[in-house]
Amino acid sequence: MNIIVCIKRVPETTDADVSIDKTGKDIDKSGLVFDLNEWDSYAIEEAILLKEKLGGTVTVISMGGEDSNESLRKCLAMGADDAIRLTDPAFAGSDGYATAKILAEAIRKIPYDLILTGTQAEDDGYGQVGITVAKMLGIPHASLVNHLEVQDKKLNVHRELEGGLEEVVEIDLPALLTIQTGINEPRYVSIMGIRKVAKKEIKTYGTSDLNLKTEEVGVSGSQIRLEKLFLPPVGEGAELLEGKPEEVALKVFDILKDKGGLT
Amino acid sequence: MKEIIVLAEHRRGELRDVTWEMLSKGRQLSESLGAEINVALLGKGVNHLAEALKPKTNRVLLVEDERLEAFNSVTYEKVLTQLITERKPFLTLIAHTAMGMDLAPGLATHLKMPLATDCIGIDLEGETVSLTRQLYGGKVNAAVSFLKTGPYIVTIRSGAFPVLEKGPLAGEIVPLPSPLTAEGLAKRFLQYVEAAAGEVDITQADILVSVGRGIKEAENIPIVKELADALGGALACSRPVVDKKWLPKGCQVGTSGKTVKPKVYIAIGISGAFQHVAGMKGAGTIIAINKDPKAPIFSVAQYGIVADLFKIVPVLKEKVKELRKS
Repeated sequence: MNIIVCIKRVPETTDADVSIDKTGKDIDKSGLVFDLNEWDSYAIEEAILLKEKLGGTVTVISMGGEDSNESLRKCLAMGADDAIRLTDPAFAGSDGYATAKILAEAIRKIPYDLILTGTQAEDDGYGQVGITVAKMLGIPHASLVNHLEVQDKKLNVHRELEGGLEEVVEIDLPALLTIQTGINEPRYVSIMGIRKVAKKEIKTYGTSDLNLKTEEVGVSGSQIRLEKLFLPPVGEGAELLEGKPEEVALKVFDILKDKGGLT
Repeated sequence: MKEIIVLAEHRRGELRDVTWEMLSKGRQLSESLGAEINVALLGKGVNHLAEALKPKTNRVLLVEDERLEAFNSVTYEKVLTQLITERKPFLTLIAHTAMGMDLAPGLATHLKMPLATDCIGIDLEGETVSLTRQLYGGKVNAAVSFLKTGPYIVTIRSGAFPVLEKGPLAGEIVPLPSPLTAEGLAKRFLQYVEAAAGEVDITQADILVSVGRGIKEAENIPIVKELADALGGALACSRPVVDKKWLPKGCQVGTSGKTVKPKVYIAIGISGAFQHVAGMKGAGTIIAINKDPKAPIFSVAQYGIVADLFKIVPVLKEKVKELRKS
C-alpha cells in the first residue's frame, strides 16, 4: 500500500502567550516553538503503522519554506520513505482552497492507494484542505477518522461524531482520510533518529513543476482573505481566589459546601 | 426571490441544536438581505422534523429518499448540488460538525463556490459578507472576507449563535424529487457505534473534578483522582487526556464526549477550548485552576485560581479530607 501524507509545520500556541504583530494580519511568532501539526502527527503515525503491516511506501508532502524541512525530517525519522516540499513565492497568502490545489497537483505526480491528512491544522483550523484535495483528485473521502482497517480494495473506517458516537463507513480505495487525534500513539523521535535522516534528499516543487499558473495560487487563487486579527472579547471573568494554598483551599471548600456539591 | 438556505442537521430522528442556531442567524441575515429563509431537509421518514421546522422558515425544501436515511457526504452532495444549482441561494449555511466537515468542502469544490469554514460571526452589508473565524485554537479572532463573488457556502460553529425568539413564520413544506439513483456509492454508511462507556457515569455526578493537558503525565493522574475521591465526586477530563490514553473515552467532557451539568465542576489544568466548554458550561458552579491567567477557561468559570496545579491540588485534597471529618 502506497500512502501519501500531507503535513504542516505550525507554531505551538497552546501554552504560549499569543500577541498580534504590527501588520495586524498575523501573530507575533518570535519566541514561539514550531512543531508538526498535532493532527498530522497522528496521520503520519497511522501511515507508518499501515506500512509496517502491509508493506509499501510512505511519502510525506508539505507546503512551506525551508523551515518545513524540520517537520518533514521528523516524519522521515518516524519511518516515512520520501519527503517533498512545495515552495514558491507565488504560494504566499494561499487559503485552504489554494493550498488544496497545490497539494492536489503535487499528488497527481505520485502513484498512491491512500492519502492521509490531519483533520485540521492548529493554526488556521480550516478543516477543509484534505477533503478539497480528495474532490480535486476525484477520489472518495472520510473525515474525522479515529479507526481504520484495510480490507482488500476498500477500507472500514470509524468517523468520530458528537457525543461519543461513531459512524462506521466503508470506502473504496484509492481514498483520502482526514485523521482525528487519539487514533494511535505517535512514536517518539529521538535526536539520533533525526540525525540519521539529516542528509536525506527533500525534493522541492514550485508552480511551474506543478503545471500551475501563478494566478491560480496565492491570494489570486484563493477564495477568502484574512483582513485583520483581533483578540477575542473577554467575558466577565472569574472571581480570583488568592492567597496561600491553604487559604485558597479553605475558600474552595466553602464554595463547594455553599453550592451544594458536598454532602 | 433571493434566499438563504440552511441545511438541517439531524441524526437518529432528532434535529440537532445547531440547526436552530443556523436558522436564527439565517433569519436575521435574510431580513437584512430581503431574502427568504429556507431550510433543506434531507432524509427518510422525516415529516415530523419538517413540521417542527415550519415556524422558523419560509419553506422547508424536503427531499426524501431511502438512501438519505443516514448522512453520507456522497448522497448529500448529489442532492444539494441539484438544489443549489436550481435555486442559486445567495448563502447556504451548513454546520461545522462531523456532518458538515465531511460535506461542505467537497460540495463547494464541486459547485465551484467560495467556502468559509467554522465561522463564529457573519455580517452583511448589502451583499458584502464579513466573517469572523478563530485561529490558534481560539486564542485569536480573524476578520475574513470573500475574494470571489457569491453565491457562498459558510459553515457555522455549533454554539456560536444564540437562538433568538422571533414570531413564527408560515413555513410551507415543499417536497422535491430526489436525484439519487441505484448506482453504487464509493462510500457506504454501515452503522453507528457508541463509544465504550466508562466505569463511572460522569453525567450523574454532583461534583466533577476534571483534568486537562496541564497534568503533563499519566503518572500524575492520581493527584486529581484523589481529590475527586475526597470530595465524593467523579473524575472527568478534556480531550488531550483521552487522546494520550491516560483516561478512557467515557471520562471525556466536550463536543465529542459527554455534556455534563454537575452542581460543581472543577477544571484543573484545562485551557478551555470551545469544544470542552460546550460540554460543561451548563454546570452550576465552575472553579478553574490554571497557571495561565489568560486561559479562556477563566472567562467561563465563576471562580478562578491562577496557580500551579501541583502546588494547589494536594493541599486542597488534604483540606477537604480534614474538614469533611470534622
